[in-house]
Amino acid sequence: MTKLTFIAHDGTHFDMDAENGSTVMENAIRNAVPGIEAECGGACACATCHVYVDEAWTALVGEPEAMEEDMLDFAYDVQPNSRLSCQIKVRDALDGLVVRVPARQG
Amino acid sequence: MTDITKTDVLIVGAGPVGLFAVFELGLFDMKCHLIDILDRPGGQCAELYPEKPIYDIPGWPSISAQGLVDKLLEQIAPFKPDFTYNRMVSSLEKLEDGSFRVTTDENEVFEAKVVVIAAGGGSFQPKRPPIPGIEPYEGKSVFYSVRRMEDFRGHDLVIVGGGDSALDWTLNLQPVAKSVTLVHRRPEFRAAPDSVNKMYALQEMKQLTFQVGQVTGLTGADGKLSSAVIKGPDGDVEVPCTRMLPFFGLTMKLGPIAEWGLNLHENLIPVDTEKFQTSVPGIFAVGDINWYPGKLKLILSGFHEVALMAQAAKRIISPGERIVFQYTTSSTSLQKKLGVVEA
Repeated sequence: MTKLTFIAHDGTHFDMDAENGSTVMENAIRNAVPGIEAECGGACACATCHVYVDEAWTALVGEPEAMEEDMLDFAYDVQPNSRLSCQIKVRDALDGLVVRVPARQG
Repeated sequence: MTDITKTDVLIVGAGPVGLFAVFELGLFDMKCHLIDILDRPGGQCAELYPEKPIYDIPGWPSISAQGLVDKLLEQIAPFKPDFTYNRMVSSLEKLEDGSFRVTTDENEVFEAKVVVIAAGGGSFQPKRPPIPGIEPYEGKSVFYSVRRMEDFRGHDLVIVGGGDSALDWTLNLQPVAKSVTLVHRRPEFRAAPDSVNKMYALQEMKQLTFQVGQVTGLTGADGKLSSAVIKGPDGDVEVPCTRMLPFFGLTMKLGPIAEWGLNLHENLIPVDTEKFQTSVPGIFAVGDINWYPGKLKLILSGFHEVALMAQAAKRIISPGERIVFQYTTSSTSLQKKLGVVEA
């Protein structure tokens, strides 16, 4: 199991065990993290699972692909460390990953 | 007097479930008219994820969302449904004879004995961009679509977005506007390369400005914009702006359905699981928009729901008539309706 932490906009920490191969978004939904809406259910077709990847993790998590960049155009307050959490797959290397939830989704 | 379009069943929403309702209702000789806010059939399948495969349609190990919509259209073609696109149903009222009058946002009027709400997540509407304090300017200085190009003549126009709508309107309105600033958060676009090249050529000739960044603030008063602040890679830039056109895609909103007296449960329409009828007899709700204990928002659940709904709808439209349960595989009369044997 891989540990994940979501920090909600109000500062609340949500720590969870995530299965490798699942998406970061799926774990947010399973654990009812506030502020992750995932309207399209993980199809990279909305921008409502937007997160900021903690600076310590950006290199390991990697850059969004072109399709995800296109969807990020619709997100609120996009930063260089912005990602759509449905496009990040949990794996061993991400054990301890920290992501922050933005003030709002779109 | 407005023309009234009459039909047996009026279906609100032309997504996969609304489309399949035409099939099940058609087997019982009920004529359908569908209204959808999009400009084509398919709902979320067509708008959100046309290229994505769906793996849980029985008999199709994998089918693209658009592929499913195309197959459904082929399947319902024998029943010759009518479609009205680019319209939102704005009101629904029950008439004295028990039928329903449905009015669209363009004031077209329909009358039907049965109404089926297959509106999915609600109607697709332009997404409000993440710009603080934009609301008071909407409809006065900020517009989400262009109805008349003249409305933009002589204005300092700011267009926000990186898709085809943003690029097309940048090119089309550049000759009439006083100034045009296109704002997009990165130099890559989702639009046709030809439009992007034309835009860069106009920028080269100083006919417009392309600014990389995100709009973070607006100034103006009484709904009249005067300027916009753009946070770019080199800090904040203030540009003159008396008209703004943001193109941030579409989102789903329940819309006027909330006012139809259907006793909503968390923005969904409660139905029974025998007929999928709402609290108002004659109004049914199927697919993602309905709610009942155990509800799953699956296309396949919606298909099941419309089959049962059609039985109940038939009883309303042809009271007293005996409903014979038949299989399409063996019933000559159903096969005639489907056009697979000669009538």
